[in-house]
Amino acid sequence: MLEMFQICISLLDSTIRIATPLIFCAMAGIFSERSGIIDIGLEGKMLLSAFVAASVTFLTGSPWIGLFSAVVASGFASVIHGFACITNKGDQVISGLAINILASGLTITVGIALFSRGGQTPSLGSDQRFMPIDFPFQSLINNIPLFGDLYSDVISGHNILVYLSLLAVFVTYYMVFKTSFGLRLRAVGEKPEAVDTAGISVIRMRYQAVIIAGMLCGLAGAYLSIAHGAGFGREMSAGKGYIALAAMIFGKWNPIPTLFACLLFGFLEALGNRLQGVELYIIGEVPVQFMQALPYILTVILLAGFIGKARAPGAIGVPYSKEG
Amino acid sequence: MNESNFLPRWVSIGLIPFINLLLAFFVSGIVIFFIGENPLQAILVMIKGAFYYPGSIGYTLYYTTNFIFAGLAVALAFHAKLFNIGGEGQAYVGGLGVGLVCLALDQSINSFLVTILAVCGSAIFGAFWGVIPGYLQAKRGSHIVITTIMFNFIAASLMVYLLVNVIIEPGQMSPETRDFSEGVGLVQIHKLANYFGISIAVSPFNISFFIALIVSFGFWILVWRTKFGYEVRSLGHSETAAKYAGIDVSRTIVLVMAISGGLAGLVAINELLGVHNKLLLGFTAGYGFTGIAVALMGRNHPIGIFLSSLLFGALYQGGTELDFEFSSITREMVLLIQGLIILFSGALAYMMNPFVEKIYYNYFKEPKNA
Amino acid sequence: MTTIEINEGNDTSVSLPSFSGSSIELKKITKRFGHVIANEEVSLKVEAGTIHGIVGENGAGKSTLMNILFGLYKPDGGSIYLDGNIVDVTSPEKSISLGIGMVHQHFMLVPTFTVLENVMLGNEGSFSLKKGEKTILQRLQKLSSTYGLNVDFHSLILDLPVGMQQRVEILKALNRGAKILILDEPTGVLTPQETIGLFEILNSLKNKGVTIILITHKLKEIMNITEAVSVMRGGKVVANLKTNNTSPAELAEKMVGRKVLLSIEKKESKIGNKVLTVKNLNHLSKDGVDVLKNVSFSISEGEILGVAGVAGNGQSELLDILSGIEQLQRGEIEINQTRLLPGEKWDPKKVREMSIAHVPEDRQKRGLILPFYNYENSILGYQRKERYSSGFLLDKNKILNLFTETAEQFDVRPRNPNISSNKLSGGNQQKLVLAREIESQPKILLIGQPTRGVDIGAIERIYEDLLRLKDSGTAILLVSVELDEIMSLSDRIIVMNQGKIVGETMGSNATEIELGKMMSGLDRTN
Repeated sequence: MLEMFQICISLLDSTIRIATPLIFCAMAGIFSERSGIIDIGLEGKMLLSAFVAASVTFLTGSPWIGLFSAVVASGFASVIHGFACITNKGDQVISGLAINILASGLTITVGIALFSRGGQTPSLGSDQRFMPIDFPFQSLINNIPLFGDLYSDVISGHNILVYLSLLAVFVTYYMVFKTSFGLRLRAVGEKPEAVDTAGISVIRMRYQAVIIAGMLCGLAGAYLSIAHGAGFGREMSAGKGYIALAAMIFGKWNPIPTLFACLLFGFLEALGNRLQGVELYIIGEVPVQFMQALPYILTVILLAGFIGKARAPGAIGVPYSKEG
Repeated sequence: MNESNFLPRWVSIGLIPFINLLLAFFVSGIVIFFIGENPLQAILVMIKGAFYYPGSIGYTLYYTTNFIFAGLAVALAFHAKLFNIGGEGQAYVGGLGVGLVCLALDQSINSFLVTILAVCGSAIFGAFWGVIPGYLQAKRGSHIVITTIMFNFIAASLMVYLLVNVIIEPGQMSPETRDFSEGVGLVQIHKLANYFGISIAVSPFNISFFIALIVSFGFWILVWRTKFGYEVRSLGHSETAAKYAGIDVSRTIVLVMAISGGLAGLVAINELLGVHNKLLLGFTAGYGFTGIAVALMGRNHPIGIFLSSLLFGALYQGGTELDFEFSSITREMVLLIQGLIILFSGALAYMMNPFVEKIYYNYFKEPKNA
Repeated sequence: MTTIEINEGNDTSVSLPSFSGSSIELKKITKRFGHVIANEEVSLKVEAGTIHGIVGENGAGKSTLMNILFGLYKPDGGSIYLDGNIVDVTSPEKSISLGIGMVHQHFMLVPTFTVLENVMLGNEGSFSLKKGEKTILQRLQKLSSTYGLNVDFHSLILDLPVGMQQRVEILKALNRGAKILILDEPTGVLTPQETIGLFEILNSLKNKGVTIILITHKLKEIMNITEAVSVMRGGKVVANLKTNNTSPAELAEKMVGRKVLLSIEKKESKIGNKVLTVKNLNHLSKDGVDVLKNVSFSISEGEILGVAGVAGNGQSELLDILSGIEQLQRGEIEINQTRLLPGEKWDPKKVREMSIAHVPEDRQKRGLILPFYNYENSILGYQRKERYSSGFLLDKNKILNLFTETAEQFDVRPRNPNISSNKLSGGNQQKLVLAREIESQPKILLIGQPTRGVDIGAIERIYEDLLRLKDSGTAILLVSVELDEIMSLSDRIIVMNQGKIVGETMGSNATEIELGKMMSGLDRTN
């Protein structure tokens, strides 16, 4: 029983660690797509910012400067995305794809040129990373059975970006549904003409949205390379941006359900890792690949309308033009 | 899309794409410059690598073959206004088709027949992987971009599972099947030439290339000369008009995605039947994604696709040469160029239009008052 | 700006702006789209506190002009004066701040938002929505009671009928303090009762000092409600008139540039057997609205049956069902003794096989694929016919030959088969569609809005073609919102209102007054 509980605790712990970048990226996706701009470039922006975070941190020694640079770099990638699909009315999917491929090529190329380590950055010492924060009274609460473990392993003991990601969810919720900015954001994704004729610049709204999205992806990237990990490795985003996209759709473009989708997908991965090589009663061994594919399979099933219906913002993917 | 109404054809389908391509190369050059190498020298190395050294043309054409198949796959879907990002997964599953046919039959029946069946297998399996997203789009309204992305990942997991647990060669550590038996496969051109007594450099260039050319011609007929192609293009331009015209929209979407998936599946014949002679992990190596760049640059026309495939073939082959010649730039540079080409030829395809229009009318022609 | 307190309700802190009206003057406004000139040196003056009409045919440049005044489009030349002062209207934001409001032809409302949210958009009051909501809600209540603009502020736009949505648009403008209100074709989607309601609202706005610009192509409305009128044609203002000093005939003449004499020579109709009978047709739209209720009628060979009615009263759905685009839900259709019941497979392909041709209401979205070449469009819908193909393949030569022939016969200009149809004028696009459909030698022709956006010359040509087709024995179902058209072409006329057939009359003795009454749904004597 106690062992079972220990397993659960450690599963939850790793769920949170895995879900953190997904949460940042999915919130990014919500901002962008709520404004009517498809963002399949989450992956690329996360990869780019992971690289920038690790490189700058290594060169300056300060993870804070690294974090800041990552956010700026990812925001800049968003500006390119915006320039292509807002200003030049280009195809949003193609632009996102370009950013993903560009990020792959750029991180490796520049990485090799800077560090000559086959695309990796040198590993970072613990003073150059965001380290786990221990909450107060840990030793005290630790003595409480069960809750003690929960407190010290699940609630406490993560790095600052983990807590920031949770904060991001609530800030996103507040921004999107409770403020004038959010009203305009949602309107611009549903019916941009209405926003334009209300005297608000559609172009400015959409740029704001994609830049916020870029900055959030920057936090996700920084988490990968200077908080969760200790340096950048080639293709280290490994499809997480797409899982975040899936989670956002799963959460129907709403921050709170999306948070749970991220946690679910994180949990599936944690469970998959845990079950590797474990024989289960009746089912036998569950292939780890199945667990990895499960988020994608679930998203396909959801999109096909077999579990509820995910409705995308009305004007998504359509460039806005006033004249003709 | 918003192609210019005011420019002559040669400008809008010739000059502007060319300018976009130059822009992509120009930005790549800037990156190389900042890395501290000479961009012109890099280009020279790549050109030499792609065309000059013995066997290099063979390698270039071998890559070209992959890109033709992948590019046609994306292009056909584009004609129906469907964005098939799933070429990578469809090619991968197409490889499963090749593998299963060969493993099941190569001991028992004529190897020529096995090869033909394997080619069919690649197309059928690829078609299967394309048709599911097509069906879900047509009947359930799920966005094909998202579904095909998801299917790429599902394909990857599936293939890892099968290669690691099921069809791996017993006793092997690396996840690949046993070699297909001697005689199964598509002949490499240097062997064919040898047979006729001509000696050319060894390369993986094989007769898949010629299959790709035939398929390209078939593609042209299909899209521009058949009733089905007419309906596909109608649907691509206007779904409401297609409905009015009595075109079965769902059926057309499903068929297009089947054919598109099948075309992507054919990438596997070049790789597995032409080169590796077995099924192995990750053989698609991003070719499916490159197909998107190829289709965009080639404007969804077989001739354009051939030319852009050739360009990408040269880039890939020339890119490998970068590894040898430079310490600080590698073949991943090609990925960067590819991204820039997708950006400039795809997402920013019409950026230059107003600018070129202005120049064209100021210097060449007075605008008409319509 | 002074404010007056309105002493209705309990809360006196909310006040509405008051004003003595604003005049507006446009001088030499020019606007080009690419190389097409939409407005050329347009000048007109609107007096403060009046209702000023702007009339003109489709494509005369009315909407473009108003979009410039509202700051949506940037003019290429000219200037705008508000109360005698030059103003620079560079964006809707600017025009709103100058007190200009606009109700667009296609409403600018977010369908998934509530009325309140739509009104708040761009005018939220504070960063936090909750804070702004209260004050705006109070102001809305004042506005709606002052001007009779009743609407439930908490319902979603997509749940409201169009008439209500229009009120929301007006509320939006007033809430932003509009002194000048532009309405672009506001009655196109309204029933006659709703139109009367709208005009009452407009008059009460005028009496409170609002200046109103009304864009329309309906002359009756101009005569009814405006003080002055500007006539536009081909991107220019061709006349500025006082409504009292003009007549519909004069306006019509100015709109089209010559005397309108649409008296068409009709031969005696030779009416044959019934070829199409519709019995008790009922239809539920996707949004669950009863769009057709017990519709029954029949047409015979050599007969034109006109379907009159305000747009949106079920005519489009009727065409969609008969042409196979929508499925038959309830009722029965009989075509040449073949009976069709609900649940049977029914699609445009089958319809064409039964020798029914269809010229759709929206030729640009349905009737043509605009980027296609002319010759390709000349087989749209018939692409699987044997005459155009051999096996799997299309026979390009046959198609080209056929196109050349029909283009000649139906006067499609330019005759060039190898140019995109989007380079054709509206009239020639329509001729291309009509040629294709007549070329299939149909027994029945369904045609919707045959002359919408078509220039006068082409209109006559299209009427002649339709009458010739009728004389050759084809049954024609003609749906149009233009009463003149219906009256001059039809042998028999049915009138639709809210999905029902509310009247039927012979074409020869129909009068506009009688039809108008029936269209409004007030007259039920049939």
